[in-house]
Amino acid sequence: MKHLFRACCSVLLLAVPAAAFQPSAQGGFVPVTPLTAAEQLPAAPLLITAYAFVWVAVLVYVWSIWRRLGKVEHEMHALQQRARRDSR
Amino acid sequence: MKKLFTPLLLIVAAMFAYAPVMIANAPYESSMGLVQKIFYFHVPSWFVMFTAVFICGIQSANFLFRRKPSADRIAVAAGELVVLFGLLGLVTGPLWGRKAWGVWWQWDARLTMALLLELIFIGYLLVRKYGGPGSEKLAAAMAIFGMANVPFVYVSVNIWRTVHPKTTVVPSLVPGMFGAFWFSVLAFMLLFVLLLTLRVRLEHQRAALDELYLAEEDL
Amino acid sequence: MFARVALLVLKKDFAIEVKSREILYTTLFFAVSCVLVFAFALVRDGRAIDDAAAGILWIAIAFAGTLALGRTFERERYGETLRALLLAPAPRPAIYVGKLLGIVVLLLLAETILVPLVALLFQAAFFARPWLLAGLLVAGTIGFASVGTLFAAMLVRSRTRDVMLPILLYPITVPVIIAGVRGTSALLQPVPDEPAAAMWMALLVCFDVVFVTLALWTFEPLMTE
Repeated sequence: MKHLFRACCSVLLLAVPAAAFQPSAQGGFVPVTPLTAAEQLPAAPLLITAYAFVWVAVLVYVWSIWRRLGKVEHEMHALQQRARRDSR
Repeated sequence: MKKLFTPLLLIVAAMFAYAPVMIANAPYESSMGLVQKIFYFHVPSWFVMFTAVFICGIQSANFLFRRKPSADRIAVAAGELVVLFGLLGLVTGPLWGRKAWGVWWQWDARLTMALLLELIFIGYLLVRKYGGPGSEKLAAAMAIFGMANVPFVYVSVNIWRTVHPKTTVVPSLVPGMFGAFWFSVLAFMLLFVLLLTLRVRLEHQRAALDELYLAEEDL
Repeated sequence: MFARVALLVLKKDFAIEVKSREILYTTLFFAVSCVLVFAFALVRDGRAIDDAAAGILWIAIAFAGTLALGRTFERERYGETLRALLLAPAPRPAIYVGKLLGIVVLLLLAETILVPLVALLFQAAFFARPWLLAGLLVAGTIGFASVGTLFAAMLVRSRTRDVMLPILLYPITVPVIIAGVRGTSALLQPVPDEPAAAMWMALLVCFDVVFVTLALWTFEPLMTE
């Protein structure tokens, strides 16, 4: 699960900036008038990557806290049960 | 705090869901166009990061001088959030810079100093994790020193030539941008409070667990 | 009382160092090795790239400083003498000042050899404005050592001190390195840029004041077990 998630994240993060470069290659070998700066680098993928990254990072962090909390609570539970058993 | 937690969670979720709409409706900036919209979550990340730096530093001082264990728990939570929000800023920044400056990374004063603060707090977390017994104090000193570094961050920005948009850009925002920006700031701040309480709770539970173990040993 | 304790600690460190000269020699040799390593990286066709001398000088100081800090406190740890020092009925901040002075003097001694060496090897005009350069070096060394002494003293008890010291020290002292390198390279221009160097020196002095105060303030609670 964790690996899959990581893989997804990295693919997402790598793919979007990579996609951003492709349109500039459209000119190929055909000598055309120089593209304007705005056309060379579409901004939308960058923007979407940025926003997606914020979301992903926050969610990953929440998930990590939740997992750690679960671990601690599980351990606590086990300990309490053992204490109860011992006292009996 | 527990009672407030669920409403806060809902508010933050709603605000983050609505934020893209606000941002999409905000006017375009004349020279940078669409990509300037990264601003709406890039700058709030830094706001939150600096807030977290100060919380971490002040609580560390509190822990060091008044020996309050609860202060240490807040400090470690804030320290982790500095790294998280710093990471958000450091990732969204280059995505903006790629378009606005044409390069991913520029050795500009503010970027460098942001990276530095991020490194200081990664160091803080490393010390806490691998420093062995007594590392809380060591980490507390690190946090205080890191906080003291912030003025140097700010001063350096003003004396260095910089290509970065100045901080004065924030008060001069036009109304459409203004609303979206402060909405995002509020959303980020609430998110910060939410994460902080969550993280403090984890630390609290850990302390409780340690106590349970100690109690068991005494038996 | 305060000054006397600080001087006593300094004198003690000096007495040990004069006998063996271990830290001075090893630090100096390490600094020279650093200069050589960077020379191989930065010299093209027999000439160093612009401004390389300032950077090399400060990097050598920072690396050698870390080594000296580690060794100084390792010696204290080995003899359990730091504990004895802390148990002595003396103001703790005075002990800190004594250790800090020891490190600063040691590093300044190393710099008196390092600076001419770098000037010679890289044809750097370090001596065009000797006083400004000396000011930058002293202020920078104090800034670096003020943070370093505190952290090294705290790390004496830690098992992972060798790796933790650089991890803690470098990010915090990067402003010192930036100001030192920029200030020094301002002096190395064909026409030395005195206002720029003075401005960086002012920043270094501010850094020193802030961090020495902070260290004095936190040394007591940090060293209490």
